Amino acid sequence: MSDENKKNLDINVIVATDCGSTTTKAILIQKIQDETGKWVYRQTFRGEAPTTVEAPFEDVTMGVLNAINELEDLSGLKILDDDNNIIRPAKGKIGTDVYISTSSAGGGLQMMVTGVVRNMSAESAERAALAAGAIVMDVISANDKRLAHEQIERIRQLRPDMMLLAGGIDGGTKSHVMEMTELVSAAAPQPRLGGLLPIIYAGNQDVVEAVKDKLGAKTDLSIVDNVRPTLDDENIAPARDKIHDLFMEHVMAQAPGYKKLMKMTDVPIMPTPGAVGLIMEEIAKRDGINVVGVDIGGATTDVFSVFDTKFNRTVSANLGMSYSISNVFAEAGLPNVMRWVPFNMNEKQLRNSIKNKMIRPTTIPQKLEDLVLEQAVAKEALRLSFVQHREFATELKGTQKKRTISDAFAQGGGDGSLINMMRLDMLVGSGGVLSHAPKRVQTALMLLDSFQPEGFTTLTVDSIFMMPQLGVLTEISPEAAVQVFERDCIIYLGESIAPVGHAKKKDDIIAEYKIEMPDGKIITEKLKYGSMKKYPLAVGEKAKLTITPNAKFDMGAGKGKSMTKEVSGGVVGLIIDGRGRPLNLPTEASERVRKLTEWMEELEIYPTKVFKDNKEV
Amino acid sequence: MGHAYTPGLKVTKRAVVRKQRLLPIKGDVLVKKGDKVKPNDIVAKTELPGIVLPVNLANRLGVLPADVPSIVTIKEDQRVEAETTIATSKSFFGLFTNEYKTPIASTLESVSNITGQLILRGDPIPVEVRAYITGTVTEIFPEEGVMIEEVAAYIQGIFGIGGEVDGTLEVISETLDDVVDEHKIKPEHKGKILVAGSLVTGAALNKAVEYGVSGIITGGFEDQDLKAFLGYDIGVAITGTEEKGISLVVTEGFGQIKMAPRTFNLLKSHNGHLVSINGSTQIRAGVIRPEVIIPLGEELQADIPSAESEGAALKIGAYLRIIRRPNFGEIGVVTELPPDPTKLDSGTYARILKLKLNKNGEEVIVPRSNVEMIEE
Repeated sequence: MSDENKKNLDINVIVATDCGSTTTKAILIQKIQDETGKWVYRQTFRGEAPTTVEAPFEDVTMGVLNAINELEDLSGLKILDDDNNIIRPAKGKIGTDVYISTSSAGGGLQMMVTGVVRNMSAESAERAALAAGAIVMDVISANDKRLAHEQIERIRQLRPDMMLLAGGIDGGTKSHVMEMTELVSAAAPQPRLGGLLPIIYAGNQDVVEAVKDKLGAKTDLSIVDNVRPTLDDENIAPARDKIHDLFMEHVMAQAPGYKKLMKMTDVPIMPTPGAVGLIMEEIAKRDGINVVGVDIGGATTDVFSVFDTKFNRTVSANLGMSYSISNVFAEAGLPNVMRWVPFNMNEKQLRNSIKNKMIRPTTIPQKLEDLVLEQAVAKEALRLSFVQHREFATELKGTQKKRTISDAFAQGGGDGSLINMMRLDMLVGSGGVLSHAPKRVQTALMLLDSFQPEGFTTLTVDSIFMMPQLGVLTEISPEAAVQVFERDCIIYLGESIAPVGHAKKKDDIIAEYKIEMPDGKIITEKLKYGSMKKYPLAVGEKAKLTITPNAKFDMGAGKGKSMTKEVSGGVVGLIIDGRGRPLNLPTEASERVRKLTEWMEELEIYPTKVFKDNKEV
Repeated sequence: MGHAYTPGLKVTKRAVVRKQRLLPIKGDVLVKKGDKVKPNDIVAKTELPGIVLPVNLANRLGVLPADVPSIVTIKEDQRVEAETTIATSKSFFGLFTNEYKTPIASTLESVSNITGQLILRGDPIPVEVRAYITGTVTEIFPEEGVMIEEVAAYIQGIFGIGGEVDGTLEVISETLDDVVDEHKIKPEHKGKILVAGSLVTGAALNKAVEYGVSGIITGGFEDQDLKAFLGYDIGVAITGTEEKGISLVVTEGFGQIKMAPRTFNLLKSHNGHLVSINGSTQIRAGVIRPEVIIPLGEELQADIPSAESEGAALKIGAYLRIIRRPNFGEIGVVTELPPDPTKLDSGTYARILKLKLNKNGEEVIVPRSNVEMIEE
């Protein structure tokens, strides 16, 4: 059955799994009638079971079947027959029309990429690998300042699952590309899971034959179109698709039980982050919006963005909330973490408590102070990951660009980053610390403090992390994926309204705003510099907001220009953030604690009385 | 659902400890099934491929890449000593001769006429695998390594640094509360594995390195001291390759935390015995914990449980340790396992259990994810 045919199938029941490194999660999606009688796709049940890739089980399908069994128990459907085969198609309470899966078990897809120039072909190769959902272990280029034997040693040590070789525009340099190829050949890298190492060549097409001579016999070589055919073009799709194919054929096929799992699914199994990227792209495309998404895990943080349909993904390998928590501290520095904490803590105790979380990563904060500390660490992990993302998600380097006088004065365009927070429409958070925060408003504040959205931005959070499954679903039924995404996957937190600029004095009036609430009530207020305000506006409700910033502040239309927008509600509501952008916290400790406490009280983040009674924790 | 609690660390008086000793790449196994081995015996050896040295000959000798193959005087796969001339070129109408000499003893791996580059490979590097423990070889993995088994007392730590070492065990703390400072470390501790109570100070650790102590086992250690000792902050818990002249096994965690009585008493009962310890820690999927192995000198028997056996289930009456504030490090007995999530002080809803603390009989509420089983 071709993919096109699958898209046209009449699908009523979908089973999707995501095999994570510890848990395999299954969701059931069914076409049901909504309150208006319209048929829509909804996620109805979910089940989970421990992942069974490692000893003693060594068969991923056991965990998958257990998770599906739980779905059967909860839903009353019969999905598996007596021999544990998936029953297709769905008829009444028996069977499913489609079964799909993603996987990040066994450490995900680990790749190395090479190119000639670090911020040109090597960066395009890196972008392709990241977009496919890989963890890029290292980027090797002819100009990366390491000596050749050091680069070879590095390739040998890291033992990637796959390599992507790029370099040279078509018709461009041959010798540099071949030098890198010879280096890879000399290193003779052995894949982690055995067999011949899959290598994708996506460089200058003029040396394809020479590359085949060098690597054809000792590696599993594939040739695809150049990721950087000219200086002005990047073409990552062929390399990205090839990575997906090889991930299935080589990497996954070596992992325990995946051959069986591959036979069970209707479309190829996809690396989890690759699938998340697909759903983000789909949402951005359908609504014509710019989206930033983040998934903060125990070990790593992934950031995705779609700006003007250009997709980028980065992985911050050692920024996370448990295994890597200590590294967040090391990278951000103690003062940066502690600036978000409205009480004092002695450094010795703080260091020990962070390290104890690192060595016992599954523990959860029992005391409120520990929760505050973890959320402070999360803000820094998110901030640092986003800094890395902004630096990576840029326009192509090495191209000739015409600049006008207005470009020279434009905000934020100087570094060539595609990320422009004023033009961001939606921020999607996911991962334990964001999805499972005791109060949703805490999630909203973590997103505000770390990403610092500007102007109008919709804040959302992924409820149970089903974006991976929905990502694969876009391959079969984009309609089902989008419907479930909106109705069941994300929770609307509300709208952030944040004027950009700075005032000289605290409490200066920086804007005036008027909110026309759905019940007809009209709120007119003045926004003080350094203040925050929250207004309840429920999910599905809309209000009309007019804001007029003063001459030093911008809401998106220019400094001092008034804007009117229909804003949507959420579980938190509207948050008017008068702290200015970029966000600067008071440097003096007592003033900082006073301001933090004020914001936390206004937004009802924590019961701050606990901290006031307890000066040092 | 999977385990809602941290599987506990092993503290076992008598178990079969099995250690796979494998080469990084294929090679020769030097022992046979049934052999008795001691920690420092070499059980397998191999040779790693030598370093690779790319040489851009075209640039060095000023010739075109296409001409490089014709000026190289040795064949591919030929080995030559260091300082051997392997290529010569003439320039300026043959008046000047340029030559290239090998910097190290090496084998010519390849010559390229596109880049003008040679790849030389140095001589292989020998690698040996020690037995690490005292025991019997029970399985041979041809060309890869062996399985060694022994009956031993076995203790897992929570975190450590430094690799595999062995030595005589000496308990230098009176009680499991004791802090070991630099005054308690003596020159006669050279080569030994010392046991402390609740804390070893940074100064004591430095003193131990100075006196040549092989390893230290302690309840707690300050993170500030660790950073000062290593010279850097550990970002991700993957350790074992530090070369600081000592291995450290922390049994409870960071800070001053008294060693669990069962662990302390077990170590005390083996005072003066030869032990092997390893500080290697990896807290990721495929977790590796530091360990202490005390051979009991018994013959292997089928009825002795394995040190890797599955832990006991969480049930009323189970013996647990709290692994996060408040009451971090305290031990108690489970009195109740309410099924429904309960609201914690932090506002989080989580499944909890009730625990009667050993120290004062007080009953406390603890999230299930904040306890670990103390395994027999």
